[in-house]
Amino acid sequence: MIPTPDLSHLTRADYDHVYEPAEDTFVLLDALEEDAQSLRTIQPRICLEIGSGSGCVSAFLGAILGSSSALYLCTDINSRATRCTFLTGQQNKVSLNPINASLAQPLVKRLANSVDILLFNPPYVPTYEEEAIDAQHGADLSGSWAGGSDGMRVTDILLGQVGNLLSPKGHFYLVAVKQNNIPEIQRLMQSEHGLRSQIVLQRRAGREHLFVLKFTR
Amino acid sequence: MVRLITHNLLACHVKGCTSNNFPLKLQDVQIALREAEFNEDFLRGFIPRLEWGALVQAAREVGDDSLPAEVPEMLDDEFLKQLHHVLLEIHIDEGSMVCPNCKHVYPISSGIPNMLLAEHEIG
Ligand SMILES: C[S@@+](CC[C@H](N)C(=O)[O-])C[C@H]1O[C@@H](n2cnc3c(N)ncnc32)[C@H](O)[C@@H]1O
Ligand SMILES: [Zn+2]
Repeated sequence: MIPTPDLSHLTRADYDHVYEPAEDTFVLLDALEEDAQSLRTIQPRICLEIGSGSGCVSAFLGAILGSSSALYLCTDINSRATRCTFLTGQQNKVSLNPINASLAQPLVKRLANSVDILLFNPPYVPTYEEEAIDAQHGADLSGSWAGGSDGMRVTDILLGQVGNLLSPKGHFYLVAVKQNNIPEIQRLMQSEHGLRSQIVLQRRAGREHLFVLKFTR
Repeated sequence: MVRLITHNLLACHVKGCTSNNFPLKLQDVQIALREAEFNEDFLRGFIPRLEWGALVQAAREVGDDSLPAEVPEMLDDEFLKQLHHVLLEIHIDEGSMVCPNCKHVYPISSGIPNMLLAEHEIG
Protein backbone atom coordinates (compact mmCIF):
# COMPACT_ATOMS: atom_id res chain seq x y z
CA MET A 1 0.00 0.00 0.00
CA ILE A 2 1.31 3.38 -1.00
CA PRO A 3 -0.19 6.00 1.29
CA THR A 4 -2.28 8.79 -0.21
CA PRO A 5 -0.18 11.97 -0.20
CA ASP A 6 -0.39 14.25 2.81
CA LEU A 7 -2.44 17.30 1.84
CA SER A 8 -2.91 18.68 5.35
CA HIS A 9 -1.10 21.90 4.38
CA LEU A 10 -3.91 22.83 1.96
CA THR A 11 -6.93 24.67 3.30
CA ARG A 12 -10.53 25.49 2.38
CA ALA A 13 -9.26 28.78 0.98
CA ASP A 14 -7.03 26.82 -1.43
CA TYR A 15 -9.90 24.61 -2.50
CA ASP A 16 -12.02 27.69 -3.28
CA HIS A 17 -9.78 28.05 -6.33
CA VAL A 18 -7.99 24.74 -6.80
CA TYR A 19 -9.51 21.32 -7.46
CA GLU A 20 -9.79 19.26 -4.31
CA PRO A 21 -8.91 15.59 -4.88
CA ALA A 22 -12.07 13.59 -5.44
CA GLU A 23 -13.16 10.22 -6.86
CA ASP A 24 -11.61 10.95 -10.25
CA THR A 25 -8.29 11.69 -8.56
CA PHE A 26 -8.45 8.52 -6.51
CA VAL A 27 -9.31 6.32 -9.45
CA LEU A 28 -6.10 7.54 -11.10
CA LEU A 29 -4.09 6.88 -7.94
CA ASP A 30 -5.51 3.36 -7.81
CA ALA A 31 -4.61 2.71 -11.45
CA LEU A 32 -1.04 3.89 -10.84
CA GLU A 33 -0.74 1.79 -7.74
CA GLU A 34 -1.86 -1.32 -9.63
CA ASP A 35 0.81 -0.64 -12.24
CA ALA A 36 3.49 0.33 -9.70
CA GLN A 37 5.76 -2.61 -10.44
CA SER A 38 5.67 -2.28 -14.20
CA LEU A 39 6.13 1.50 -13.94
CA ARG A 40 9.31 0.97 -11.95
CA THR A 41 10.69 -1.51 -14.47
CA ILE A 42 10.56 1.00 -17.34
CA GLN A 43 12.85 3.26 -15.24
CA PRO A 44 11.08 6.50 -16.05
CA ARG A 45 13.25 9.61 -16.21
CA ILE A 46 10.70 12.19 -17.29
CA CYS A 47 7.19 12.26 -15.84
CA LEU A 48 4.74 14.95 -16.90
CA GLU A 49 1.39 15.62 -15.34
CA ILE A 50 -0.96 17.99 -17.15
CA GLY A 51 -3.37 19.85 -14.87
CA SER A 52 -1.75 18.83 -11.59
CA GLY A 53 -4.15 20.84 -9.40
CA SER A 54 -3.30 20.09 -5.77
CA GLY A 55 -0.29 18.01 -6.86
CA CYS A 56 -1.76 14.90 -5.25
CA VAL A 57 -1.25 12.60 -8.25
CA SER A 58 2.34 13.56 -9.00
CA ALA A 59 3.26 13.32 -5.32
CA PHE A 60 1.81 9.81 -5.36
CA LEU A 61 3.76 8.90 -8.49
CA GLY A 62 6.89 10.22 -6.76
CA ALA A 63 6.19 7.92 -3.83
CA ILE A 64 5.98 4.96 -6.23
CA LEU A 65 9.14 5.74 -8.19
CA GLY A 66 11.26 7.65 -5.67
CA SER A 67 11.85 11.38 -5.63
CA SER A 68 15.39 11.29 -7.01
CA SER A 69 14.75 8.65 -9.71
CA ALA A 70 12.79 10.83 -12.09
CA LEU A 71 12.00 14.43 -12.99
CA TYR A 72 8.42 15.35 -12.15
CA LEU A 73 7.08 18.16 -14.32
CA CYS A 74 3.59 19.47 -13.59
CA THR A 75 1.68 22.01 -15.63
CA ASP A 76 -1.52 23.82 -14.80
CA ILE A 77 -3.23 26.90 -16.26
CA ASN A 78 -4.26 27.90 -12.74
CA SER A 79 -1.41 29.71 -10.99
CA ARG A 80 -2.85 28.89 -7.56
CA ALA A 81 -2.78 25.22 -8.53
CA THR A 82 0.91 25.41 -9.45
CA ARG A 83 1.56 26.92 -6.02
CA CYS A 84 -0.36 24.08 -4.31
CA THR A 85 1.50 21.51 -6.39
CA PHE A 86 4.79 23.03 -5.26
CA LEU A 87 3.81 22.88 -1.59
CA THR A 88 2.43 19.35 -1.89
CA GLY A 89 5.78 18.26 -3.27
CA GLN A 90 7.54 19.78 -0.27
CA GLN A 91 5.08 18.32 2.20
CA ASN A 92 5.59 14.84 0.75
CA LYS A 93 9.33 15.10 0.10
CA VAL A 94 8.99 14.72 -3.64
CA SER A 95 10.53 17.39 -5.86
CA LEU A 96 7.63 18.52 -8.01
CA ASN A 97 8.40 21.08 -10.71
CA PRO A 98 5.27 23.10 -11.44
CA ILE A 99 4.99 25.19 -14.58
CA ASN A 100 2.18 27.65 -15.14
CA ALA A 101 1.20 26.70 -18.67
CA SER A 102 -1.55 25.28 -20.83
CA LEU A 103 -1.15 21.57 -21.57
CA ALA A 104 2.46 20.82 -22.55
CA GLN A 105 2.89 23.95 -24.68
CA PRO A 106 6.35 25.20 -23.65
CA LEU A 107 7.67 21.63 -23.41
CA VAL A 108 6.64 20.05 -26.71
CA LYS A 109 9.69 21.24 -28.58
CA ARG A 110 12.15 19.68 -26.14
CA LEU A 111 10.18 16.67 -24.97
CA ALA A 112 9.61 15.03 -28.35
CA ASN A 113 9.60 11.25 -27.77
CA SER A 114 10.86 11.84 -24.23
CA VAL A 115 8.00 11.55 -21.77
CA ASP A 116 8.04 8.21 -19.99
CA ILE A 117 4.94 8.76 -17.90
CA LEU A 118 2.26 11.23 -18.95
CA LEU A 119 -0.76 11.82 -16.73
CA PHE A 120 -3.93 13.82 -17.29
CA ASN A 121 -7.07 14.03 -15.22
CA PRO A 122 -8.68 16.66 -17.42
CA PRO A 123 -11.72 18.90 -17.20
CA TYR A 124 -14.01 16.18 -18.60
CA VAL A 125 -17.51 17.33 -17.64
CA PRO A 126 -19.79 18.05 -20.62
CA THR A 127 -20.82 21.72 -20.57
CA TYR A 128 -21.79 24.42 -23.05
CA GLU A 129 -18.83 25.27 -25.27
CA GLU A 130 -18.90 28.88 -24.05
CA GLU A 131 -18.61 27.71 -20.48
CA ALA A 132 -15.49 25.70 -21.24
CA ILE A 133 -13.94 28.56 -23.19
CA ASP A 134 -14.59 31.01 -20.35
CA ALA A 135 -13.27 28.52 -17.82
CA GLN A 136 -10.03 28.13 -19.75
CA HIS A 137 -9.60 31.91 -19.80
CA GLY A 138 -10.53 32.29 -16.15
CA ALA A 139 -8.05 29.60 -15.10
CA ASP A 140 -9.85 29.14 -11.80
CA LEU A 141 -11.93 26.37 -10.26
CA SER A 142 -14.36 25.97 -13.18
CA GLY A 143 -11.34 25.25 -15.41
CA SER A 144 -10.90 22.02 -13.50
CA TRP A 145 -14.12 20.50 -14.76
CA ALA A 146 -15.69 22.44 -17.68
CA GLY A 147 -15.00 20.35 -20.78
CA GLY A 148 -17.29 21.65 -23.54
CA SER A 149 -20.02 19.82 -25.45
CA ASP A 150 -18.71 16.27 -25.11
CA GLY A 151 -16.32 17.08 -22.27
CA MET A 152 -13.41 16.68 -24.68
CA ARG A 153 -12.59 20.26 -25.61
CA VAL A 154 -9.32 20.39 -23.63
CA THR A 155 -8.50 16.68 -23.74
CA ASP A 156 -8.71 16.56 -27.55
CA ILE A 157 -5.90 19.11 -27.88
CA LEU A 158 -3.61 17.02 -25.72
CA LEU A 159 -4.56 13.80 -27.51
CA GLY A 160 -3.19 15.34 -30.68
CA GLN A 161 0.22 15.78 -29.00
CA VAL A 162 0.59 12.54 -27.10
CA GLY A 163 2.08 10.62 -30.03
CA ASN A 164 4.81 13.22 -30.25
CA LEU A 165 5.51 13.40 -26.51
CA LEU A 166 5.62 9.76 -25.44
CA SER A 167 8.99 8.00 -25.32
CA PRO A 168 9.24 4.56 -26.97
CA LYS A 169 8.49 2.88 -23.63
CA GLY A 170 6.14 5.66 -22.48
CA HIS A 171 2.79 5.25 -20.73
CA PHE A 172 -0.03 7.77 -20.87
CA TYR A 173 -2.83 7.60 -18.30
CA LEU A 174 -6.02 9.52 -18.96
CA VAL A 175 -9.11 9.89 -16.79
CA ALA A 176 -12.38 10.02 -18.69
CA VAL A 177 -16.11 9.59 -18.17
CA LYS A 178 -18.58 7.63 -20.21
CA GLN A 179 -19.98 10.74 -22.00
CA ASN A 180 -16.51 11.38 -23.44
CA ASN A 181 -17.09 8.35 -25.72
CA ILE A 182 -14.31 6.02 -24.64
CA PRO A 183 -14.46 3.64 -27.65
CA GLU A 184 -14.12 6.62 -30.00
CA ILE A 185 -11.09 7.94 -28.09
CA GLN A 186 -9.45 4.54 -28.30
CA ARG A 187 -10.21 4.10 -31.97
CA LEU A 188 -8.91 7.55 -32.87
CA MET A 189 -5.69 7.19 -30.91
CA GLN A 190 -5.00 3.91 -32.71
CA SER A 191 -5.86 5.07 -36.22
CA GLU A 192 -4.46 8.62 -36.08
CA HIS A 193 -1.49 8.16 -33.77
CA GLY A 194 -0.79 4.45 -33.71
CA LEU A 195 -1.19 4.24 -29.94
CA ARG A 196 -2.57 1.11 -28.32
CA SER A 197 -4.84 1.50 -25.34
CA GLN A 198 -6.73 -0.35 -22.69
CA ILE A 199 -9.17 0.45 -19.93
CA VAL A 200 -7.18 -0.23 -16.78
CA LEU A 201 -9.87 0.73 -14.29
CA GLN A 202 -13.49 1.79 -14.22
CA ARG A 203 -15.72 2.77 -11.37
CA ARG A 204 -19.09 4.30 -10.72
CA ALA A 205 -19.01 7.25 -8.34
CA GLY A 206 -22.34 8.95 -7.83
CA ARG A 207 -23.56 10.13 -11.23
CA GLU A 208 -20.18 9.61 -12.87
CA HIS A 209 -18.95 6.52 -14.61
CA LEU A 210 -15.18 6.98 -14.42
CA PHE A 211 -12.53 5.31 -16.56
CA VAL A 212 -8.76 5.27 -16.56
CA LEU A 213 -7.29 4.63 -20.01
CA LYS A 214 -3.70 3.67 -20.57
CA PHE A 215 -1.97 4.33 -23.91
CA THR A 216 1.32 2.89 -25.11
CA ARG A 217 3.15 2.69 -28.43
CA MET B 1 10.98 25.54 -8.45
CA VAL B 2 12.88 26.38 -11.57
CA ARG B 3 16.11 24.46 -11.68
CA LEU B 4 18.37 24.26 -14.68
CA ILE B 5 17.05 20.79 -15.48
CA THR B 6 13.61 22.33 -16.09
CA HIS B 7 15.00 25.38 -17.83
CA ASN B 8 16.71 22.99 -20.27
CA LEU B 9 13.28 21.74 -21.38
CA LEU B 10 11.41 25.04 -21.84
CA ALA B 11 11.13 26.79 -25.19
CA CYS B 12 9.29 29.87 -26.36
CA HIS B 13 5.94 28.95 -27.88
CA VAL B 14 4.63 32.28 -29.08
CA LYS B 15 2.73 31.94 -32.37
CA GLY B 16 5.19 31.83 -35.25
CA CYS B 17 8.24 31.74 -33.00
CA THR B 18 9.62 28.37 -34.05
CA SER B 19 13.33 28.79 -34.62
CA ASN B 20 16.05 30.12 -32.33
CA ASN B 21 13.38 29.98 -29.57
CA PHE B 22 15.59 27.95 -27.21
CA PRO B 23 17.28 28.24 -24.75
CA LEU B 24 15.51 31.06 -22.98
CA LYS B 25 17.95 33.61 -21.64
CA LEU B 26 17.98 33.92 -17.85
CA GLN B 27 17.85 37.49 -16.57
CA ASP B 28 17.79 39.30 -13.22
CA VAL B 29 17.78 36.03 -11.36
CA GLN B 30 17.70 35.43 -7.62
CA ILE B 31 19.34 32.13 -6.86
CA ALA B 32 19.16 29.81 -3.88
CA LEU B 33 21.16 26.63 -3.39
CA ARG B 34 19.26 23.71 -1.94
CA GLU B 35 20.68 20.25 -1.49
CA ALA B 36 19.18 17.37 -3.45
CA GLU B 37 19.65 13.64 -3.14
CA PHE B 38 22.35 12.33 -5.51
CA ASN B 39 21.14 9.62 -7.87
CA GLU B 40 23.75 8.38 -10.32
CA ASP B 41 21.38 6.25 -12.43
CA PHE B 42 19.06 9.19 -12.90
CA LEU B 43 21.89 11.46 -14.05
CA ARG B 44 23.34 8.92 -16.46
CA GLY B 45 19.87 8.30 -17.88
CA PHE B 46 19.17 12.01 -18.22
CA ILE B 47 22.35 13.12 -19.98
CA PRO B 48 21.12 12.01 -23.44
CA ARG B 49 18.01 14.17 -22.99
CA LEU B 50 19.96 17.34 -22.23
CA GLU B 51 20.86 20.07 -24.68
CA TRP B 52 24.38 20.39 -23.38
CA GLY B 53 25.30 23.73 -24.88
CA ALA B 54 22.12 25.28 -23.49
CA LEU B 55 22.90 23.92 -20.03
CA VAL B 56 26.44 25.28 -20.05
CA GLN B 57 25.16 28.68 -21.17
CA ALA B 58 22.37 28.78 -18.56
CA ALA B 59 24.79 27.78 -15.81
CA ARG B 60 27.04 30.70 -16.80
CA GLU B 61 24.06 33.05 -16.73
CA VAL B 62 23.48 32.12 -13.10
CA GLY B 63 27.15 32.42 -12.23
CA ASP B 64 28.35 28.82 -12.41
CA ASP B 65 31.04 27.98 -14.94
CA SER B 66 32.08 24.59 -13.64
CA LEU B 67 30.77 22.51 -16.56
CA PRO B 68 32.99 21.48 -19.49
CA ALA B 69 32.01 22.68 -22.97
CA GLU B 70 31.34 19.09 -24.09
CA VAL B 71 30.02 16.05 -22.26
CA PRO B 72 33.18 14.14 -21.30
CA GLU B 73 33.63 10.61 -22.63
CA MET B 74 34.31 9.26 -19.17
CA LEU B 75 31.47 10.09 -16.80
CA ASP B 76 33.52 9.96 -13.62
CA ASP B 77 32.32 10.67 -10.12
CA GLU B 78 33.63 14.18 -9.99
CA PHE B 79 31.83 15.14 -13.20
CA LEU B 80 28.55 13.55 -12.12
CA LYS B 81 28.68 15.36 -8.77
CA GLN B 82 29.19 18.65 -10.56
CA LEU B 83 26.39 17.94 -13.00
CA HIS B 84 24.11 16.98 -10.12
CA HIS B 85 24.77 20.31 -8.47
CA VAL B 86 24.19 22.39 -11.59
CA LEU B 87 21.06 20.55 -12.71
CA LEU B 88 19.30 19.98 -9.42
CA GLU B 89 20.62 22.21 -6.65
CA ILE B 90 20.58 25.68 -8.17
CA HIS B 91 17.10 27.13 -7.78
CA ILE B 92 15.94 30.22 -9.59
CA ASP B 93 13.41 31.73 -7.21
CA GLU B 94 12.84 35.02 -9.02
CA GLY B 95 13.78 36.37 -12.41
CA SER B 96 12.82 36.08 -16.01
CA MET B 97 13.46 34.00 -19.10
CA VAL B 98 13.68 35.84 -22.40
CA CYS B 99 13.20 34.31 -25.83
CA PRO B 100 16.34 34.82 -27.92
CA ASN B 101 14.20 35.15 -31.04
CA CYS B 102 11.03 37.17 -30.31
CA LYS B 103 12.17 38.61 -26.93
CA HIS B 104 9.02 37.46 -25.15
CA VAL B 105 9.60 37.61 -21.38
CA TYR B 106 8.48 34.69 -19.23
CA PRO B 107 8.61 35.67 -15.55
CA ILE B 108 9.63 33.40 -12.69
CA SER B 109 8.03 34.22 -9.37
CA SER B 110 8.34 32.31 -6.08
CA GLY B 111 10.07 29.54 -8.00
CA ILE B 112 7.29 29.04 -10.54
CA PRO B 113 7.70 29.96 -14.21
CA ASN B 114 4.79 31.64 -15.92
CA MET B 115 4.70 30.27 -19.45
CA LEU B 116 1.11 31.31 -20.19
CA LEU B 117 0.53 33.41 -23.27
CA ALA B 118 -2.20 35.87 -24.15
CA GLU B 119 -4.78 34.67 -26.65
CA HIS B 120 -3.25 36.51 -29.63
CA GLU B 121 0.19 35.01 -28.92
CA ILE B 122 -0.96 31.39 -29.01
CA GLY B 123 -0.07 29.39 -32.10
C1 LIG C 1 -10.04 17.51 -12.71
S1 LIG C 1 -8.76 18.63 -12.19
C2 LIG C 1 -7.49 17.45 -11.72
C3 LIG C 1 -6.52 17.97 -10.68
C4 LIG C 1 -5.57 16.92 -10.13
N1 LIG C 1 -4.69 16.40 -11.17
C5 LIG C 1 -6.35 15.78 -9.52
O1 LIG C 1 -6.39 14.70 -10.13
O2 LIG C 1 -6.92 15.97 -8.44
C6 LIG C 1 -8.17 19.29 -13.75
C7 LIG C 1 -6.98 20.23 -13.64
O3 LIG C 1 -6.57 20.61 -14.96
C8 LIG C 1 -6.27 21.98 -14.99
N2 LIG C 1 -6.42 22.44 -16.38
C9 LIG C 1 -7.56 22.74 -17.06
N3 LIG C 1 -7.28 23.10 -18.32
C10 LIG C 1 -5.92 23.03 -18.45
C11 LIG C 1 -5.03 23.29 -19.52
N4 LIG C 1 -5.46 23.73 -20.71
N5 LIG C 1 -3.70 23.13 -19.28
C12 LIG C 1 -3.25 22.71 -18.07
N6 LIG C 1 -4.05 22.45 -17.03
C13 LIG C 1 -5.38 22.61 -17.21
C14 LIG C 1 -7.23 22.60 -14.00
O4 LIG C 1 -6.78 23.87 -13.56
C15 LIG C 1 -7.24 21.54 -12.90
O5 LIG C 1 -6.22 21.76 -11.97
ZN1 LIG D 1 9.85 33.55 -28.98
